Amino acid sequence: MPVTVRIPTPLRPLSHGRDSVQLAGATARQVLESLERECPGMSSRICDERGELRRFVNLFLNEEDVRQLNGLDSPVVDGDILSIVPAIAGGAPGFDRALLGTRD
Amino acid sequence: MATTIKELMSEIRTRVKEATTTEVKARTQSGEPLVLIDVREPDEVDQGHLPGATHIPRGFLELRIEALAPDRATPIVAYCAAGNRSLLAAEGLQRLGYKNVVSMSGGFNRWRDEGNPVVVPRRLSEADRRRYSRHLMIPEVAEAGQIKLLQAKVLLVGAGGLGCPAAYYLAAAGVGTLGVLDFDKVDESNLQRQILHTMDRVGTSKTESARRTLLGLNPGINVIPIEARLTSANVESIFQDYEIIVDGSDNFPTRYLVNDACVLLKKPNVHGSVYRFEGQVTVFHPPAGPCYRCLYPEPPPAELAPSCADAGVLGVLPGVVGLLEAVETVKLILGAGESLVGRLLHYDALKAEFRTLRLRRDPKCRYCGDGVRFPGFVDYEMFCANPASVAH
Repeated sequence: MPVTVRIPTPLRPLSHGRDSVQLAGATARQVLESLERECPGMSSRICDERGELRRFVNLFLNEEDVRQLNGLDSPVVDGDILSIVPAIAGGAPGFDRALLGTRD
Repeated sequence: MATTIKELMSEIRTRVKEATTTEVKARTQSGEPLVLIDVREPDEVDQGHLPGATHIPRGFLELRIEALAPDRATPIVAYCAAGNRSLLAAEGLQRLGYKNVVSMSGGFNRWRDEGNPVVVPRRLSEADRRRYSRHLMIPEVAEAGQIKLLQAKVLLVGAGGLGCPAAYYLAAAGVGTLGVLDFDKVDESNLQRQILHTMDRVGTSKTESARRTLLGLNPGINVIPIEARLTSANVESIFQDYEIIVDGSDNFPTRYLVNDACVLLKKPNVHGSVYRFEGQVTVFHPPAGPCYRCLYPEPPPAELAPSCADAGVLGVLPGVVGLLEAVETVKLILGAGESLVGRLLHYDALKAEFRTLRLRRDPKCRYCGDGVRFPGFVDYEMFCANPASVAH
């Protein structure tokens, strides 16, 4: 049983509308790499140029913030749920653009 | 031969000690473990009593004193309105074996007339008893809780999609003072979710519209409209008058100002946000849990938001999330249950799923971290040159 990654609404255009994706990997980072292969463009929204989580995005392994664990190197096992939780200001203009980004 | 009341009182005075109001005052201030008993009837006590007094009507005194003071050596001062009933009461206590009882001469009336401190207990009026009867039936609320609600001061930041339902139910619950902050005017497109406003108020101020609806529902509360945009210059002076801040804003600059001011002023920040079919609710109140910056140290940079397109939201969703904020607010006021401090409640309307994620305080947080000095407020640039509203 692979790891389930929950995709927040603002990133669903990159996951072809899917709210979750089943992926393989031994660490959170490997799962995000699988996510990038499955949904190109996703990792740059979640991680910065150095490959670390952006400051306005949190990643939870089950109920726990991965920053409280081993960060992106936290080990994951089959059946785990990784939730991408971006800062949500609300319905303000520009919010989804902020996460989706248009730098490229 | 029959005894007159005058003769009886004189006779009792030979056996029961009396203390003057001045002596009682000195004893209450001395730190002595004194039991002060008000033996008057309930309607008299409602008009005011001595600070720290326990109320036992004279008729119940002998029956209830043991629960209050099992030790017969306990120092006790009894008082009534003028010093007669308390003399009889003190005699009754002596008969039960209490050795250290005095009656305060002159009673409450002399105490009050001399300008000594008096506590007037807050009681619900008959009208309030009717209005809040369903609260009074719940042990977690009851009269004491309803009085707390009526005395509470809550500020709603934003009279929009989140603020409207939260304010509506907080007003219904009898939260006594509701500040409503918004700078915007009612727009027709707001009415899909902003339920305090009405079609005939399109173009008028949201705070005034909110005030009218809230007072229409509950004229017994105080609604303070604050027609302003929250800035680093006004946030502290606006927040200082309130005990709980309910964040119903919809933009990052306001959310960071709300967070930073709540950290500085040590006020709980009831946080809700919505996006399309998803909602999040939590309570930020360091050091018991994190602040917003522990989770998201900085807002997304403005250059990542080059254009201004309104994000949509299912109209009912801010209703759900705003009401969850109202529930958390009421719980904080009552001190009931477990608040969402340290937990993020996530609601997925399409899946009909609630999940909770654990949130931890960052001890190195620049705002609420251990031993940090408050770094000051930041006026972040609005993502959009002409933001639609402070609220959804």
